[in-house]
Amino acid sequence: MNNKDSAGTNFKWVGKRTRRPDGPDKVTGRARYGDDMIVPGMLHAKILRSPHAHAKILSIDTSKARAFKGVKAVVTSADIPDHPLTKPPYGPIITDFHDISCNVLAREKVLYDGHAIAGVAATSERIARAAIKLIEVEYEVLPHVLDPLEASKPDAPVLHDHQYTHGVDPEPEKPSNVFRVVTGGRGDVEKGFAGADIIVEREFSSQPVHQGYIEPQACIATASEDDSVELWTTTQGHFVIRAFCARLLNMDMARIRVTASEIGGGFGGKNNIYAEPVAIRLSQMTGRPVRMVMSRSEVFRATGPASGTHTRIRMGAKKDGTITAAEVDIYNQAGAFKGSPVGRSIETFFSAYTIENIRASGYDVCVNRPKVAAYRAPGAPMAAFAAEGTINELASRLGMDAVDIRMKNAVREGDQSLSGIKYGQIGLLDVLEKVKSHEHYSAPLGPNQGRGFALGYWMHGGGLSSVSANLLDDGTIAVATGNPDIGGSRSSMRVMAAEELGIDIEMIKPIVADTGSMGYSHLTAGSRTTFATGMAVINAVREIIDKLRALAAKKWEIPVEEITWEAGQAETGRDGIKALSLKELAGMATKMGGPIAGHSEINAGGAGAAFSAQLVDVEVDPETGFVSPKRYTVFQDVGRAISPDYVEGQIQGGAVQGIGWALNEEYVYDDQARLQNTGFLDYRMPVASDVPMIDAVLIEVPNPNHPYGVRGVGEPPIISAPAAVANAVENAIGITMSSLPLSPPKVLNAIEQGQAEKD
Amino acid sequence: MARNLVTATINGDEVEFTCSTEQTLLDVLREDLHMMGTKNGCGSGDCGACTVILNGRPVNACLVLGVELDGANIETIEGMAKGNELHPLQQKFLDHAALQCGICTPGILLMAKALLEKNPDPTESEVRFGLAGNLCRCTGYDKIVRAVLDAAVEMRASKS
Repeated sequence: MNNKDSAGTNFKWVGKRTRRPDGPDKVTGRARYGDDMIVPGMLHAKILRSPHAHAKILSIDTSKARAFKGVKAVVTSADIPDHPLTKPPYGPIITDFHDISCNVLAREKVLYDGHAIAGVAATSERIARAAIKLIEVEYEVLPHVLDPLEASKPDAPVLHDHQYTHGVDPEPEKPSNVFRVVTGGRGDVEKGFAGADIIVEREFSSQPVHQGYIEPQACIATASEDDSVELWTTTQGHFVIRAFCARLLNMDMARIRVTASEIGGGFGGKNNIYAEPVAIRLSQMTGRPVRMVMSRSEVFRATGPASGTHTRIRMGAKKDGTITAAEVDIYNQAGAFKGSPVGRSIETFFSAYTIENIRASGYDVCVNRPKVAAYRAPGAPMAAFAAEGTINELASRLGMDAVDIRMKNAVREGDQSLSGIKYGQIGLLDVLEKVKSHEHYSAPLGPNQGRGFALGYWMHGGGLSSVSANLLDDGTIAVATGNPDIGGSRSSMRVMAAEELGIDIEMIKPIVADTGSMGYSHLTAGSRTTFATGMAVINAVREIIDKLRALAAKKWEIPVEEITWEAGQAETGRDGIKALSLKELAGMATKMGGPIAGHSEINAGGAGAAFSAQLVDVEVDPETGFVSPKRYTVFQDVGRAISPDYVEGQIQGGAVQGIGWALNEEYVYDDQARLQNTGFLDYRMPVASDVPMIDAVLIEVPNPNHPYGVRGVGEPPIISAPAAVANAVENAIGITMSSLPLSPPKVLNAIEQGQAEKD
Repeated sequence: MARNLVTATINGDEVEFTCSTEQTLLDVLREDLHMMGTKNGCGSGDCGACTVILNGRPVNACLVLGVELDGANIETIEGMAKGNELHPLQQKFLDHAALQCGICTPGILLMAKALLEKNPDPTESEVRFGLAGNLCRCTGYDKIVRAVLDAAVEMRASKS
């Protein structure tokens, strides 16, 4: 692939600030999200959810609900096929259809407050809501466990009698909530610690936090008598939804056609299926379209948060700041079913550093909470909270600058991540140098203020993407991808297509096509879309250019090799031949061979490591413990910002989610493990008045494996945010803080205890 | 269930609808009138996605009952642009990239409109507190605040 002008000075569209193609529909209310679709004749469905955190289901009697006027069907797990448990060896991500089936509708047991038990389809949502209350469920309530450390103990209540810890020696004889222990490491840790002049040992904990998308899960399923299904849903990956629904319901994949609605936020939380299979079954049972919309409280009770964690960490360094050894144990809550992102936690702890001796163990622990889902850089912010907090303490005890200690240990080209990924061209040192030279770094602080710093590492995704680009006979081009646009990807796709073709962006119409129209495309997740799907767009458009050159060759009766494509037209060096524009060629195409299209189906490799460093100033109210971020600057290597507005937007949004994680967000359970804060009033996400402007400093060290140098940008900005904010609070109050969130009571308590110790 | 006949003005048009006593303005707009621009994020007045302007004041449509609306004047996102001409706030949201997923955008636009009508020259802090009832999870608010401040400049200039 040709790397177009790596200095970035010769682009027509890349790096420019252009209005997004989906903008007008979104500012006028015309854009249709999951809940905005009406299908004639549709029924409305609601789900009965468990009031218990852990209980055996002894019986379910749906007869009264079925008899209720207006109710058309009731579905329980008996109406959904069961699937065998996945057997080892286990990959980094486990998709176990037994678990998914039990999560969609509970079988023998309910495992968390809010666990789905039965679905009702009725002629109105009001009737469906009334009818689920008529379903009689007999429970045998069991002891529950919420905390990952507690759940890992041998005497803890066990969620799954069939689950024996994987990855330990000797093989366990008793079932356990610990699904597996994942380990990583290199070198000789004892030797490393022996060579250290200073050792810091700490424990950190973080609470589960919800992705907090404003649009609740919503879908409409329409089943036909020929076993086909049309599904409208809000998702980060409609191809994955199709595959999961087909597998779960034992259906032919091609018979399910999924259309992704506009998506009102996801952040990883809309990668999974919840209500979709239930809506499909209800539609199959009734012969009518079935609409299912979750309430906000259902979203909080039953969809996946990020893991809460408990981390024990130890790091040693020489006087000059060289980190000689690190060891860590992290306990990640998986929720009711196995599969926390513990592998990513381990990979992200130390991969920004050249530490020679490392031992890391991660415990994937089931507890009586909803199954965790991906949340923006899954596993990484909690790892960075512990690792970066410990490095900040090492620096402070060595009397070293927080950036200098990182520069001393920073990975460079040729170094390896913990899992052995060898870094190519990376921008870590560029990022750190930019921090040091930035005015924010040495700006004066006011009273009760502190400055925090932390670094985040992330390896973004590549993977499967398909694109179909169709040249129309007026010279415009419809570019279809299979990736829901969650943060401006249509804008990036349009920019890259226009850049390749050398034409105006307005001539490109990007769309998100349904599963019946396109090759498989993996989720809009893992910061992969602009990188991987963008690569497929470039391939597809290049195929169009090749066909247009061939067309011009035919027209001019000269060899195609003599024809180049420049600035939107076919040219040849020969005298007397006038260049043919895209529009002219498009008009000729149907008369000279047929329609012209380009398509690309790829498994994109070559994702590059990305680093995001954050500087934050906070002010702590000594009377109340309230923490207010006053200034925030994010420094990130973005490879190449295709659409800088949306790159900055990702960074600003990620940082503010990180502020919420650090300061406010947590789940509050009562003593029966029933979730108490199931709304936005009590689950306190940052509002506009809580945060300052977020300055995004874009550092562009191109990723050589992408034609324009793209690195994933969506996930890195959340990773170091909780660590940076916590570090700022520590520096403001002079007390070590190790437990998130740093809510006012916790901070006030620390201040008062610190005061008491001084007195 | 008994339904009440209500006559209200929505985006300048007189609209007659029937609703049950339990239906909110949000239900009426979305489920009965199929005006889907007003978004449902929580149903409990906490997220602001359903903000509309009722008799000149911004309200959460999910906290107002349909039967309260007889004779009311309601402005929704569908009425913000005049024909094909976007409101300056809508223009500035596009210019400043002040939206990502866009689900909170209609509510924030109407809240900002109400804010600027009351206070045409707000400070950054006044914009932040004015929008504090409208959650956005994507943008971190930075570009939204800038867009509102820039729209205020333009709207003041066009008035003078």
